[in-house]
Amino acid sequence: MLTLLSFLLLAVEQEGGGSLIDVNPGVIFWTVVTFVLLLLILKKFAWKPILIALEQRETAIKESLERAEKANKDAQKVLSENQASLEKADEESKKIISQSRVYAEKLKEQILRESEAEAKKIIENASAEIERKKDAAFDELKTQISEIAIRAAEIILKENLNKEAQIKVLNNYIDQINKN
Amino acid sequence: MFSNQTANTKALADTISKSGQNNSDPSWIMHHVLDGKTISFEPFGSIHLPEMHFLGMDLSVTKHVFFIWIVAIILVTMAIFSARSYRKSLIPKGFANLFEIMIVFVRDEIVAPSIGNGYQLFLPYLLTLFFFILLSNLLGLIPYTATVTGNIAVTASLAAISFVATQFAGIKQHGAYKYFKNLVPSGMPGWILIIIIPLEILGLFTKPFALSIRLFANMIAGHIVIFSLLGLIFIMHTFYVAPVSVGFALFIEMLEILVAVIQAYIFTMLTALFIGMSMHSEH
Repeated sequence: MLTLLSFLLLAVEQEGGGSLIDVNPGVIFWTVVTFVLLLLILKKFAWKPILIALEQRETAIKESLERAEKANKDAQKVLSENQASLEKADEESKKIISQSRVYAEKLKEQILRESEAEAKKIIENASAEIERKKDAAFDELKTQISEIAIRAAEIILKENLNKEAQIKVLNNYIDQINKN
Repeated sequence: MFSNQTANTKALADTISKSGQNNSDPSWIMHHVLDGKTISFEPFGSIHLPEMHFLGMDLSVTKHVFFIWIVAIILVTMAIFSARSYRKSLIPKGFANLFEIMIVFVRDEIVAPSIGNGYQLFLPYLLTLFFFILLSNLLGLIPYTATVTGNIAVTASLAAISFVATQFAGIKQHGAYKYFKNLVPSGMPGWILIIIIPLEILGLFTKPFALSIRLFANMIAGHIVIFSLLGLIFIMHTFYVAPVSVGFALFIEMLEILVAVIQAYIFTMLTALFIGMSMHSEH
């Protein structure tokens, strides 16, 4: 409505030798010609190179961003792989340590057991030896005692039945034994 | 937009009534905003442009035609200067950066979302349109120049080109028969077509008509308001009104800078939208 009103006013205003809504065909002709030429010139010399450059730059930026992202991803992957292998190695070493600890424990026990058995065996052997030696000593002692008794008896029998002499002989003999 | 036009109307009415009372010549505002055959550099004199007639048409280079060429020369210089900046590397330097920002704005904010797929074909046209209107609007704010977009013949030509581009887009996308068939919503009863078809055909032309009127009225309104405000000083024959007039004129001038950019944006945006609509019309 307001537009229409102002137009009526503008159209009425004719005193200045022309109205605002006078359409001059010459101006239309020149505007169209100029605009079309402008469009053709700018399209060839300005818009095309600028838009191509913009597009190239945009693709370059996009590509480099994608590349960077990919590199980042790769690095992350490598890092996580490293971490994983590190963890694995850690676990492995722990396992090895614990295994060896168990082995050592076993070995220790075994050695202990073996040495204990050995000791026992040695002790047994020793006591058996002692027993044997004791038996042997006893046997010898027995034979010696019996020999001594026989010899004493011999000597007693050799001497006449002199009591005093007998006692004297016996004492001598016993002294002899003691000396032996 | 409306406030501008209201101001426009009021200012004009004021000027007319005031001039009637004071018996002064009212045509000076019109002289400034209208097209003419002279470029005046008051008080330094003026240049008379030659008259040219061809096949019975007045093809004289008028003031506005002269300034259209000035705009074209500035734009070509700027654009080629910027384009050169890309030759060495993909990263432009200096002025080309500013130019690139605007190009990217037009491409990504106006053209691509409005047209969608296949916007590349219309990008050079819409870029040219945007920069041409923007530069024309801004150039018109400088003293001793003329606002070519304040000439309805110029805006009508731009709108006509936009109309041609819109039809071309639709016909290229769908083929002529299907495109014009698509204009009419399908599934309508026969008798309503008698009303719908003329309406749709009218609708084709109202769009560029509105485009041309919008740009023209916006650009002319601010200038008339500025001239009217300054004119008050001479009409009232007193200097005391000068600070007020100059203050308001300065305010309007600043508003005009905003309007210059907004109108360039709107014209381009709507043209892109119309192209998009005719390309993707799915009735």
